[in-house]
Amino acid sequence: MKFSYFPGCTLKTKGKDLDIFARKSAEALGFALCELADWQCCGAVYPMAKDEIATKLSSVRALVSARDEGQELVTLCSACHNVIKQVNNDMATDADIALRVNNYLGLDTPYNGETTVLHYLEVLRDRIGFDKLKAAVTNPLKGRKIAAYYGCLLLRPSKIMQFDDAENPTILEDFIRAIGAEPVSWGMRNECCGGYIAAEDKAQATKRSNTVMEDAAKNGADTMITACPLCLYNLAKNGGSDLPVVYFTELLAEALGVK
Amino acid sequence: MSHSNNATEQVLRSSGVDVRKCMRCGKCTATCPAFDEMEYHPHQFVYMVEKGQIERLAASPSIYKCLSCFACVDRCPRGVEPAKLVEAVRLAVIRQQGQNHMKPEAIPAMLDEDMPQQLFVSAMRKYSK
Amino acid sequence: MQRIGVFICHCGTNIAGTVDVKAVAEALSHEPGVVFSTDYQYMCSESGQQLMREAIREHKLTAVVVGSCSPRMHEATFRKAAAAEGLNSYMVEIANLREHVSWIHKDMKEATEKAIILGRTAIAKVHLNTPLTAGESPVTKRALVIGGGIAGIQTALDIADAGFEVDIVEKSATIGGKMAQLDKTFPTLDCAACILTPKMVDAAQHEKISIYAYSELESMKGYIGNFKAQIRRKARYVDETKCTGCGICTEKCPMKKAPNEFNMGFDKRGAVYIPFAQAVPKVATIDADYCLMLKNGKCGICSKVCGVGAIDYTQKDEIIEREYGAVVVATGFNPIDAKVYGEYGYGTCPDVVTSLELERLMNAAGPTNGTLLRPSDKAHPHKIVFVQCVGSRCTETDERGKPYCSKICCMYTAKHAMLIREKYPDTEVYVFYIDVRTPGKNFDEFYRRAVEQYGVHYVKGMVGKVTQNGGQLHVQASDLLAGEQLHIDADLVVLATAIEPDKTARSIGTMLTASMDTNDFFTEAHPKLRPVESPTAGIFLSGVCQGPKDIPETVSQASACAAKVIGVLAKDKLLCNPCVAESDELMCNGCSACEKVCPYGAITYADKEFRGPNRTTLVRRVASVNPAVCQGCGACTVACPSGAMDLKGFSNKQIMAEVDAICK
Repeated sequence: MKFSYFPGCTLKTKGKDLDIFARKSAEALGFALCELADWQCCGAVYPMAKDEIATKLSSVRALVSARDEGQELVTLCSACHNVIKQVNNDMATDADIALRVNNYLGLDTPYNGETTVLHYLEVLRDRIGFDKLKAAVTNPLKGRKIAAYYGCLLLRPSKIMQFDDAENPTILEDFIRAIGAEPVSWGMRNECCGGYIAAEDKAQATKRSNTVMEDAAKNGADTMITACPLCLYNLAKNGGSDLPVVYFTELLAEALGVK
Repeated sequence: MSHSNNATEQVLRSSGVDVRKCMRCGKCTATCPAFDEMEYHPHQFVYMVEKGQIERLAASPSIYKCLSCFACVDRCPRGVEPAKLVEAVRLAVIRQQGQNHMKPEAIPAMLDEDMPQQLFVSAMRKYSK
Repeated sequence: MQRIGVFICHCGTNIAGTVDVKAVAEALSHEPGVVFSTDYQYMCSESGQQLMREAIREHKLTAVVVGSCSPRMHEATFRKAAAAEGLNSYMVEIANLREHVSWIHKDMKEATEKAIILGRTAIAKVHLNTPLTAGESPVTKRALVIGGGIAGIQTALDIADAGFEVDIVEKSATIGGKMAQLDKTFPTLDCAACILTPKMVDAAQHEKISIYAYSELESMKGYIGNFKAQIRRKARYVDETKCTGCGICTEKCPMKKAPNEFNMGFDKRGAVYIPFAQAVPKVATIDADYCLMLKNGKCGICSKVCGVGAIDYTQKDEIIEREYGAVVVATGFNPIDAKVYGEYGYGTCPDVVTSLELERLMNAAGPTNGTLLRPSDKAHPHKIVFVQCVGSRCTETDERGKPYCSKICCMYTAKHAMLIREKYPDTEVYVFYIDVRTPGKNFDEFYRRAVEQYGVHYVKGMVGKVTQNGGQLHVQASDLLAGEQLHIDADLVVLATAIEPDKTARSIGTMLTASMDTNDFFTEAHPKLRPVESPTAGIFLSGVCQGPKDIPETVSQASACAAKVIGVLAKDKLLCNPCVAESDELMCNGCSACEKVCPYGAITYADKEFRGPNRTTLVRRVASVNPAVCQGCGACTVACPSGAMDLKGFSNKQIMAEVDAICK
């Protein structure tokens, strides 16, 4: 099983763990992540305005590369996933955006959203299967109580992301069970931590991340997992809690004995 | 007045939002995680855009407080998508000359060693031309 | 050649305001065959009809074209007027100059031009009209009521009281429906069981009513006056004729793990059960999904303890056939599954419940014996938040909710809030609303009493998120009038979930060929003037299956429905629609295309002998139409590849003549 892979800028610097453990685990599970050549930063935030074209181009370039490889495109960072998947949806459903982007790029074959964008978790669930993952686990994380933090970007807008039930998701909990740990039930798992404004409005980011961390701790978590470098930074830095926040891939690698 | 009408049309066009679909239930505001920081709340963005009060919204710091978490977009029973209006009003402001909300010179002071660069990329994307 | 009279109606200014009616009458007077053409202010009025009758007499008209409103409105009126002068009523054609012209056009020149074209079209058709005679069919004097809730019970009682037999088919083990689950009823707060159960008993004891509970409609054939139904009587594994309803089996059953549907799953019942104390018929039913004897042959206790030998583990589903003259749909509703609203915590937080669940939590016969205790720890809740419009009034493209107002929630929430404040004055109650809709007799007064007398906090706003916070629920909501976001630590959250038609409605609608809207509510023949009839003749609508309604409205509609059914059953014979399909056997190639598309099963094939060349005899398979079953929909005429199938009154030739007239 081979996938095109878009790591994104943060995974090459501050978020290396997210990437490294994902690659090691992929190898252990028997699928290959082929990093796209010359990928560019996705922009880290989806431009909602219908008259924004330039800010969507880098995502489209990644999508086109995957199409030309004839592969599905796998992402890992929640922000990259959100941006690329939403832009892909624009290319498939918004004729005006698609026309203007294609006019600008001047591709041999115009792009109209043909690439399938998968988050790494979706690969685990839909291509590998959590039962197979469970069977591959050599070091089950028994007794660990893990809070799955979805945040916003993997789930919403749900009509476009189609990642899971946006209000009652289970994919991360199923993942936690597959690696032998116990998921914690808590309500703030799909509420925003305020990551985007962590640089310019630290007070607001602190307030939001406190709320999230408190809820997880109160419900008995010993560890929180996320797929988002921005959430991880904000929650760990501003969350005001001792609860460790790690990338889900780190626990995956640990359970597969490849950490 | 004509200026205001143009601004309203621009916001409606660039957001793609149909403000008339709103039934004034206030679920967007109920769910908004940035409520305390905002002067105008999501339901007011919808109502005020409908009334053509773009200047008041544009002058409010609220446009920089939205977290783009899409909670209002997802939970609105009428499919109104208030976050897109916030973004459209903000864009109408920062697209004007000299109106960048975040300037590159300001960044070094905000940095710390763990900060992922996507934080600045997204902030620049959202707040500057 | 026909002698045609043309009558153009002004309909006050309805038509004449947009169409130059004089110009239309003038233009049409030059059409071939037209010997008389005029316009008049109101053709449907007594004097308008008189004008038509005189013209028929005076000008010896053989056909009439009326340019007026839709034929749905006054076709019958004009046909009757023509018939009074000895004309066959099917020699009248209507050009719809109101709905198809004046109401949808603004420009008089364009509208007039279109009106002339439509008039010319009707003239072209009427040239080919032939007199048609309606046949008669007998009426089976028995009605079927599908669904045994308050709607079905009321309709059945009214029909039976008029002296006609009625069968009630109910899919659950007892009749009573949703009303049996309710605690009190607004706006007078009578106990639901106290007013419902006497009606259930009346139905059971009525000599004209047969109740088939634990039964479902299997198939339906026929037409108004002559329906043939197959009813599946599901195996109860208990002989209804022997069981006395003593309940000893339900007490002794060792398998007490089945969720009790009647109490919304809050407690468990045995594998053999009687849904509730006043169930009708009061007989036990064995749930095959849970019964140890049926599952693995080990147990048999109920059979041993039964004093009358009513338990029968070998019982099988039984199909019975019954004939009916009319069918009433009373399939009712269910609340939508609130699990789709994860932001309100339903399904993950046990103390988030739906309003119907709250009914059981407050009912004396419910799982808490009428003491309001929250599900998680059976503690008395001191702060309760009600959320209105959960899944109602959503945009059409919304995947979770319904586009309509569920109509009953504002009132039952006021009722809940009031009852709780009455019984537990130490409890704070918040109601989050978008609008409070109280159109109904004594409804607004009721709601105001909840606010003014009982001090219920009504907050204009919505709940955005509910999370579990230890033993409490954290409710985040908006207060739009105060411009605040509220954070309430609540003990119980109650969701006023939207209601939707019962899931069986769609398949029953298909069996009955009764049309439904996009929300699976049955469509009425006319939204204002024929609200209890389906467009399919002989099918009538009672209760929420037609649209959301409360109990008073349901009962009114149920009685109205009964009146319409009685109108059918009181007749000995019914006139058939003569506009039915007819197959030309010489042209029929026996392909069966028509048979496959016929929704009424009106077409059959048979081998018939025909004269072949050189005095031989050929046997060919040809279609024939049962005119009593055919509803004249025309599907077969379109499907027929050889042009053998034709519809009387709407023949292929007539349609083509109309098309030609339009294209001229």
